[in-house]
Amino acid sequence: MSTSAAPVPEGPSGVGEGAPSALQRVFGALRAIPVVWYLTIVLWVWIAAINPLFAEPSGFLAYLKQAAPLAILAAGAFFVLASGEFDLSVGSLVTVCVVVAAAISDGDPSKTWPVIALLFVIGLIVGLINGVVTTIFRVPSFITTLAMLLILDGAVWLYTSGSPKGALADNFREIGRMGIEVPVIDQLPYSVIILVAIGAFSAWLMRRHFGRQVLAVGDNDRAAALSGINVTRVRITAFVLSALSAVIAGILLGGFAGVTAQVGQGLEFEAITAAVLGGTVLGGGRGSVINAMAGALALTALFSWLNLQGVSGAFEDAVEGVIIIAAVAVASYRLREGS
Amino acid sequence: MTTSTPPVAQHPGPAAQGGSQRSAASRFWRALTKTTTGQVYLALIAILVICWAVVAIKGSNLLTIDSITDMLIRSVALGIVAAGQTLVIIGMSLDLSVAWVISLTSIVAAVVMDGSNGNIVPGILAVLAVGAAIGLANGLIITKLRVNPFIATLGVALIIQSIIESNWDGVVEGVAKGLENSLGYSEIGPLPIAVLLLAAVYLAVWFLLRYTRFGHQLYAVGGSEEVSKLSGVRTHRVLITAHVICAVCAAITGLYLASRLGAGSPLVGTDGGYDLESIAAVVLGGTYLLGGRGSVLGTLAGVFILAILDSTFNALEVNAFAKDVARGVIIIVAVAAYSFRAKGRRVRKIGAGPAATGNAPQTQTQGANA
Repeated sequence: MSTSAAPVPEGPSGVGEGAPSALQRVFGALRAIPVVWYLTIVLWVWIAAINPLFAEPSGFLAYLKQAAPLAILAAGAFFVLASGEFDLSVGSLVTVCVVVAAAISDGDPSKTWPVIALLFVIGLIVGLINGVVTTIFRVPSFITTLAMLLILDGAVWLYTSGSPKGALADNFREIGRMGIEVPVIDQLPYSVIILVAIGAFSAWLMRRHFGRQVLAVGDNDRAAALSGINVTRVRITAFVLSALSAVIAGILLGGFAGVTAQVGQGLEFEAITAAVLGGTVLGGGRGSVINAMAGALALTALFSWLNLQGVSGAFEDAVEGVIIIAAVAVASYRLREGS
Repeated sequence: MTTSTPPVAQHPGPAAQGGSQRSAASRFWRALTKTTTGQVYLALIAILVICWAVVAIKGSNLLTIDSITDMLIRSVALGIVAAGQTLVIIGMSLDLSVAWVISLTSIVAAVVMDGSNGNIVPGILAVLAVGAAIGLANGLIITKLRVNPFIATLGVALIIQSIIESNWDGVVEGVAKGLENSLGYSEIGPLPIAVLLLAAVYLAVWFLLRYTRFGHQLYAVGGSEEVSKLSGVRTHRVLITAHVICAVCAAITGLYLASRLGAGSPLVGTDGGYDLESIAAVVLGGTYLLGGRGSVLGTLAGVFILAILDSTFNALEVNAFAKDVARGVIIIVAVAAYSFRAKGRRVRKIGAGPAATGNAPQTQTQGANA
């Protein structure tokens, strides 16, 4: 379930009994694949069986476009979770981004890029505050980011009195809705390109010193500090990455969800759920960022699947709850078996 | 740092004789300044004084009998949930399902009582049973299936939410008048019955933590599940019990809110934000979010601090959203203040070198949930 401590890719072959049989190898290899991928693929196949459009490039890309904001948030959440902390403020930060962008640009296309720069500055500041308060002022991150959620939500409501003003410029919205025209697959959405870029960047980051330090800090911050890692800096960076992921998700969501004061509501829990579904261990030290993003793909596929099944809104939550618990239970069972 | 030792218990009372007079006073002073719980109460007093002064400048009085009673009543609902939340947090767990448990049990009370006073007792029993069943489910999922508490209780919350939403979409009438007239709105002497209920819950949880095997084992499990298991503690049983008590506390809050509203409501729990508020109160009360340390009396102070802030903001007619912002800032400042003091003391005690940059007390218990 993790890159650092992948449970025996060789499979549970008997020691000294000679080479494992081909069948054992296959089973071993299958067991090494995280649950989240099985879940995702089963859902993809099932959805495609109900709705053949899904299997076509345009249908699948539309799904990826829809999943992109959550997957990006999951990548951000991963860094914070893996370093042993929580970030509950991302949902409200998404709302802040959308509301601020709409109010400032007010439909003026020439302001789009300055506004995006401003959003990144806001994200940077929020992430720095979360990180500094958590590490230097030693407030538990659950509380820091919960308070940040209250503050950002309150600020949004104060600023908008409940009904956001202004509008997003068309070229701002295009980032979330449009794409590049490509011959075979019709249109490659910008959000999918961004998603892939962030996935690649995160995976690269996890292979660098920083990634290993994140896992070390999350596993045992005392030991990490004693072996010379700057725990404070690693954690602050993780919070900044998480906040920046919220800004990117906010820009994408602004494109296709429109301007409301509820656009980010509940996203913090969905991002954490996605990361955990992808095998990230709360409390830190284990997990893979790609699997965390796959958790978001699985979660989005799950919602589409439930929609296709005609499951009503109320019942959808129950199915989501059961599946999340089951997936995490299976993952933790496999982790125990594997170790 | 012995947060498990509430200052009140160390107070030997006025009957201290002769030479021990000074030491009794100094012991009380030490308990007040050196324990986390003591500091929480000092913070409570400081906040009370500041709020009183601010409101007084505005020309009204925060400390009339009426407004004190009002603050106490405000504290009942949150206070009872937070008492249960304290238990699970000490055990290094968490319960995010309490808000939905509150909504569900308020509806259960209304449905079972069906407007008849004769059904009050079955209604109360049903509410407690529903609470206990949900707590049992939480506990079993967390211990036997080894699902992280955050995910487990969030999942259970989603399930309860859809049970509620698919069956009821508005206020459910039917809470017996008898309950409304007793628990909801009546007094014994100067104190509302609800406040006595709050006191009873805190006394019971305090007693559990301080004098029973369960309480001591809970601190051990929260400190390190691995070590307590190796020392022969049945860790699963302890955690399940804590979750059952926590959910029952939420159920009692649901019953209380039903008695105030005279009806069950699908949104009463989430509108009150009892899930995150109760955790905020627990942490504000000095309980360590990663388990093993904390006191329920501190939580009570945390609840009172939130109620005082609420009343003050109301008296000052602060914008509802500015209230959230101010509250967020105050929670952060308070918790930062505790952990700064705790850190200073620990460094002096252990004489830890510059290497202790990380959160020193964050021991290696997290892997237990892996």
